Amino acid sequence: MRVEMTVNGEKKVFEVDPSDTLLDVLRRNGYLSVKKGCDTGTCGVCTVLMDGVPVLSCIVLAGKAHGHEITTVEGIENEMREFAEKLAQEGADQCGYCSPGLVVMVYALKKMYSNPTEEEIKKFLIGNLCRCSGYQGQMRAIKKFLGVGE
Amino acid sequence: MKEVKKSVPKVDSIGLILGKPAYTDDLAPKDALIVKVSRSPHAFARIRNIDVSKALEIPGIECVLTYKDFPRIPITRAGQGFPEPSPWDKFVLDEYVRYVGDEVAVVAGKDEKIVEKALESIEVDYEVLEPVLDFEKAEGHPSIIHPEDDIEGPYDPKRNLAAYYEMSVGDVEEELKKCDVVVKERFYTQAQAHVMMEPHSVFSYLDLQGRLIIVTSTQVPFHVRRIVARALDIPIKKIRVIKPRIGGGFGGKQAIHGEIFTAAITLKTGKPAKYVYTRKEVFEATYTRHPMRIDITLGANKDGILKVIDMEVLSDTGAYGEHSLTTLMVSGSKTLPLYNKVKAVRFRGKVVYTNHVPAGAFRGYGAVQGNFALESAMDILAEKLGMDPVEIRKKNMIKEGETSPIFKIMGEGREGAEMVIKSCKLEECIERGKKIFKWDEKFKKRRRNGSRVRGVGMAIAMQGSGIAKIDMASAVIKLNDDGSFNLLVGATDLGTGSDTILAQIAAEALGVSVKDIIPYSSDTDLTPFDTGAYASSTTYVSGNAVKLAAEKMKKLIEEEGAKKLGVDDEEVVFDGRVVKTKDGKSSITLKELATILCYTENQKQLVASASYVPDEAPPPYIASFAEVEVDEETGKVDLIEYVTVVDCGTPINPNLVKIQVEGATVQGIGMALFEDVKYDKRGRLLTNNMMFYKIPSRMDFGKITVDIVESYEPTGPFGAKSVAEVPTDTPPAAIANAIYNAVGVRIKELPITPEKVFRALKMKSEKISSES
Repeated sequence: MRVEMTVNGEKKVFEVDPSDTLLDVLRRNGYLSVKKGCDTGTCGVCTVLMDGVPVLSCIVLAGKAHGHEITTVEGIENEMREFAEKLAQEGADQCGYCSPGLVVMVYALKKMYSNPTEEEIKKFLIGNLCRCSGYQGQMRAIKKFLGVGE
Repeated sequence: MKEVKKSVPKVDSIGLILGKPAYTDDLAPKDALIVKVSRSPHAFARIRNIDVSKALEIPGIECVLTYKDFPRIPITRAGQGFPEPSPWDKFVLDEYVRYVGDEVAVVAGKDEKIVEKALESIEVDYEVLEPVLDFEKAEGHPSIIHPEDDIEGPYDPKRNLAAYYEMSVGDVEEELKKCDVVVKERFYTQAQAHVMMEPHSVFSYLDLQGRLIIVTSTQVPFHVRRIVARALDIPIKKIRVIKPRIGGGFGGKQAIHGEIFTAAITLKTGKPAKYVYTRKEVFEATYTRHPMRIDITLGANKDGILKVIDMEVLSDTGAYGEHSLTTLMVSGSKTLPLYNKVKAVRFRGKVVYTNHVPAGAFRGYGAVQGNFALESAMDILAEKLGMDPVEIRKKNMIKEGETSPIFKIMGEGREGAEMVIKSCKLEECIERGKKIFKWDEKFKKRRRNGSRVRGVGMAIAMQGSGIAKIDMASAVIKLNDDGSFNLLVGATDLGTGSDTILAQIAAEALGVSVKDIIPYSSDTDLTPFDTGAYASSTTYVSGNAVKLAAEKMKKLIEEEGAKKLGVDDEEVVFDGRVVKTKDGKSSITLKELATILCYTENQKQLVASASYVPDEAPPPYIASFAEVEVDEETGKVDLIEYVTVVDCGTPINPNLVKIQVEGATVQGIGMALFEDVKYDKRGRLLTNNMMFYKIPSRMDFGKITVDIVESYEPTGPFGAKSVAEVPTDTPPAAIANAIYNAVGVRIKELPITPEKVFRALKMKSEKISSES
């Protein structure tokens, strides 16, 4: 079946199988920042924005994205370069596999909260799992990026 | 020091964070055949008959392989130095299947859906056998998991024993008789799953010369090349293994998993082939940590001097004996020397086969298990003696300038190497940690808030830095015509940042900026040999090789500079920018010299290489302090605060050290409190996805503070030792000790779930009421 969606501001038409997930379709079409981690909507590495709201693309059927606006890291690279640098300065990306999903979430966090507390940041990002960093360095980078207190 | 002890961002960070194509699956050819594996539904069975004809009839299916298609060559998948200390007890495919998830057939086709359909159409007639699922009943069980006669290396397979080891110093029984206090306890540690975020992934293809190229998410590219060559009976020279960026490993990728399958498909079909494990497969069919039962006896006199340590271990290696002997030995060798002044020390252990998912390498590798038992028992001993747990440790622990007979006796799979400790700031780690944590204020001061009680505990640990006299790393440095350098290393960056810290070491030794070093790693055609990233080896072993190569390069630059300036070699120095005569009268910049050497005069390529084999494995040390809050009504444990202070020698990159410690600590916290690989009574994995197997999220623990006490390890590159594993070791014991301090129950079986704490509290209160 044919699905149409806007990906990072560009109108796209994809030929998909009804059982294809949004993750499969995005990766197949070159949006490789979107990673596959758990297959069950648990780990957060496949996070993208649908109409500005974070979704786990591994549990969204591609057909569900028909007519919607999808944003991946490829589409917010300029806005999020500064965050990437902050994360890199902390060494907090480590293997990097969960980073693009985190970048998408921090982008959404910034839009949705003006001056979040550490607790709010943690709650917002609870679904973004990381097995390397222990999360501490990510928090340091996020706080610096958002300009909220230590 | 200019370029080390500096928090340089990782060279690959920005690209990875912004999601550039970097990992195996990102790089795979689009037309690669999709490979999947048909897996056993039984914990133990023999294949009477297998019929793949229906699968082959499905349009789009290109190849199906069963055990009949592979040469019968025993291998181990463990990525260790050759000859491996793990038994060769695995065939690529076999007529026996030994755990739920064991490989039955390999299918390749044009897309995932077709291959999945083909998997379902394979007909297998199994003779279902009685599985061995209780590791304490495995030895001598009527079911023999490895009855085959053509395997090599297990200790006594007919009794389900994969490995055995014993050693002793002094007379344990006699010394125990003389002790004022004896503690004798039994501990259990669970299977833990690695849950690296990137599932195991591999693709392979044939290049124009007909060579097999394998691109894989591995910690051990050179071992992959060797093991694939052996398993498929092809020459090593026909294979090239490339490790791109990888999404975490933690030991779970210190083995071959999918590589043999895609390789076999590519060789059979001539086509590119790709295999990306599902998360379910990662759980069901890769590795776990070895679960262990540890019996420990400590003997001491009444002033708190430890006289005896006796440790007896039973370890469950699952269906195959990968890392069986070495993990067992490390549970002693990386814990017993902590208390090096005992009169007698004994270690005995057996590793049994069961029909569980194979156990393998996992960060901490035996040491975590041993540390939980030893450091819990030390706390019990301290209480019996009425001593502060910190003081008893300080009285007995190893110090700079001291040694332990264990270093020589227990290596990894064989004898170890003698070592006098040249750097140890454990005491300073303890003091620093005590201060940050406010130990003296918190200990002995249980604070109650309704049903919730706070308590504190601590633990110390040591690890190693690589494997002495076994590991080998090498480096090649090449000068480019603009004065920059290519640094080629076989070392494997798992995301730890080793490419970056090795570049820092090269830059420091050459006196140049790290920006002028271009690291390239883990490509068996283009980079020199390295045993791989495991056993906390890269900074120390590969780092030493890099330093030696860089020093040679510096000398070559001085020689060529002297020639150009028309003076003797001894007359010049290279300061990182220019080669100049010592009198300062003439000089040439590196850039000018490099351009001339390439294009105009005395033309040559400057290349330096070096190898390094460590004579010893200097331990990093750590002291960790935990504060918990235990709810007596529910048994729930909250980790309120955790302070951990590490001595890893010189921190080459302090930020990366910190992140390593934070990450390892959180893995240890998960092991302490809830991570648990569970099976049903028929041996099927219950925890086969990330909903049922939970790793710590950012809400699952309180405040973590990491600090570094610097020491200088004279045998390490610029004083560095390892750091990756040691912080994993302490959380289980520190947290268990804190729980005891809070509510007076001693949990000896990991993970410390609310159920276990609740039951123990109930038993304690029943005991008290029956006594009164």
